[in-house]
Amino acid sequence: MRIEEHPILGAPQRGRLITFTYNGKPMEGYEGEPIASALRAAGVMVHRYSKKENKPRGIFCAIGRCTDCVMIVDGKPNIRTCVTPLTEGMNVETQYGISGKRKEGSA
Amino acid sequence: MKRYDLIVIGAGPAGLSASIEAAKRGLAVAVFDENAKPGGQLFKQIHKFFGAKEHKAKIRGFRIGEDLLAQAAETGVEVVLNAVVIGLFPEKEITVKIGSDVRHFKADTIIIATGASENMVPFEGWTLPGVIGAGAAQTMMNLHGVLPGKRVLMLGSGNVGLVVSYQLLQAGCEVVAVCDMAPRVGGYGVHAAKIARCGVPFYMEHTIVKAEGSVQVTGVTIGRVGADRQVIPGTEKHLAVDTICLAVGLSPMSQLADMAYCAMEDNPRKAGYVPVVDEFGETSVPGIFAAGDVSGIEEASSAMIEGRIAGVAAAYRLGFIDKTALNAQVQELKPALSSLRQGMFAPESRGKTITKTEEGCAISENLLRVGFIAEDEISRYPGVTKQKGVHPVIECTQNIPCNPCQDACPKKCIRIGSQITALPVVDESETCIDCGMCVASCSGQAIFLVNEDFAEDYATVTLPYEFLPLPPEGDKGFALGRDGQKVCTAEVVQVRSAPAFDKTHLLTIKVPRDMAMKARFYKAEV
Repeated sequence: MRIEEHPILGAPQRGRLITFTYNGKPMEGYEGEPIASALRAAGVMVHRYSKKENKPRGIFCAIGRCTDCVMIVDGKPNIRTCVTPLTEGMNVETQYGISGKRKEGSA
Repeated sequence: MKRYDLIVIGAGPAGLSASIEAAKRGLAVAVFDENAKPGGQLFKQIHKFFGAKEHKAKIRGFRIGEDLLAQAAETGVEVVLNAVVIGLFPEKEITVKIGSDVRHFKADTIIIATGASENMVPFEGWTLPGVIGAGAAQTMMNLHGVLPGKRVLMLGSGNVGLVVSYQLLQAGCEVVAVCDMAPRVGGYGVHAAKIARCGVPFYMEHTIVKAEGSVQVTGVTIGRVGADRQVIPGTEKHLAVDTICLAVGLSPMSQLADMAYCAMEDNPRKAGYVPVVDEFGETSVPGIFAAGDVSGIEEASSAMIEGRIAGVAAAYRLGFIDKTALNAQVQELKPALSSLRQGMFAPESRGKTITKTEEGCAISENLLRVGFIAEDEISRYPGVTKQKGVHPVIECTQNIPCNPCQDACPKKCIRIGSQITALPVVDESETCIDCGMCVASCSGQAIFLVNEDFAEDYATVTLPYEFLPLPPEGDKGFALGRDGQKVCTAEVVQVRSAPAFDKTHLLTIKVPRDMAMKARFYKAEV
């Protein structure tokens, strides 16, 4: 899903390749890019499940306005992944409601 | 509490332009922006801008952004990033959230340049991952180099929907369709034409019934709408897509103006709830100005001029320039602004159905219904002539504010005149030298060089090409018509690239002579 060469913009400028953790598994991304970009490039679509109805949510506005893409980052919930830069060793987890724990009986 | 002469809220095209003009005249200026990078949406705009020279026409948006940032640095504008202005008070005091702190700043003048936010439309499944705003698609592919998806449905045929669809194609996505509830394409015809000839179908009077999928988008159902704007049962159609992009308009982000007790109005011609401003952009609260989309949705080109006017007016208000200087400078900027507000897409024309151009040519109905001009419609426009040898064919058929083609032609074959919304006229008494400057300079990519006398039975068509891979000379494939359908086999006989073309390559294809007025795009054989 990454653009290697763009007809107008050329090759995208990227930081160094680093490793972070997504739901306990190691994943690669580029330092400084939004967490959401690294996840999208790795094929991760679901960032969180809504609190009341447990519905999946992902990137929507990509500019930090809608808060649909929030996740638990280094233990802190409600982090807007579309505007938070990725750093080495970051721990990114799917958010359920406002916590990291999957609710009993949910899909 | 730190004080400034001028505080600008928002570092987009309007805010930066305002800051530069004010700082040039000696004001101490700070710009606050909530984002990590300045420039607003300019750095996502990779297409060439419309307008005239004074509007930076034919320059790509991100380059205009780079230029504004350089000027802001040069003039000593202080740009504060990651700073969300959360309060604006009539005393011209602001509260700003920076990190986890809330800090106060005060100025003698304020310019609100907060821009706009995207409108959304709910439908079954609209919260599924894979349903995104058109702005999100632009952000992901043009700023971060990541594709939003592989197969995309675009909802909305306004300029944002059309331009982003084209950018999706450039980035390597497939645009499965553009769909709009309106009966007619809302954006510029030239933007529609450039995706239609790549084969993107238009579904007008259609809307989304539902986004399919349980965890993420796996498809979409669209349907035709009736006069009551409800989907007509039995017209539903399934399209296999992984991404649904919403481009259903913008709304001014005018909350801060409202908070500061500026007089507000709900004005459909300005696309929403906006502060009432005078000719300088000053609101009902003296010293508080608004510029750009926050005071009425338009293009970045007009936002930049509004910003400049407000910046000059703020300098006058604080005594940095006198009334004579104010008038002289504003009088210079105003014609540039009003020229952008003319033509079929002017704010005054919003909601009106226009059937004829200012010249009296009937508007292409086909263009409005399916995104491309029909063969029997094309010859009625003054840019389309039949001549011996190579000559420009200008498929520019609506009155839009744009004139770079006129300046681009060194032989003066192309004439628009002083009214920049006029349709370009090809002057048959001048001789085209096949330089291609008009093709590369047309922001709407509506100019082709046609030579029906290339060889016995063969013609050539030179077309603008902004995709990868760039076909090499000698490449064989197909010519596509305005509707994106194959019309004949074609061979690439020349590929021209030059710094002056700014990444718009000129592809010359050889086609059978009777295809000269049909072939408008090239597709390599796969």
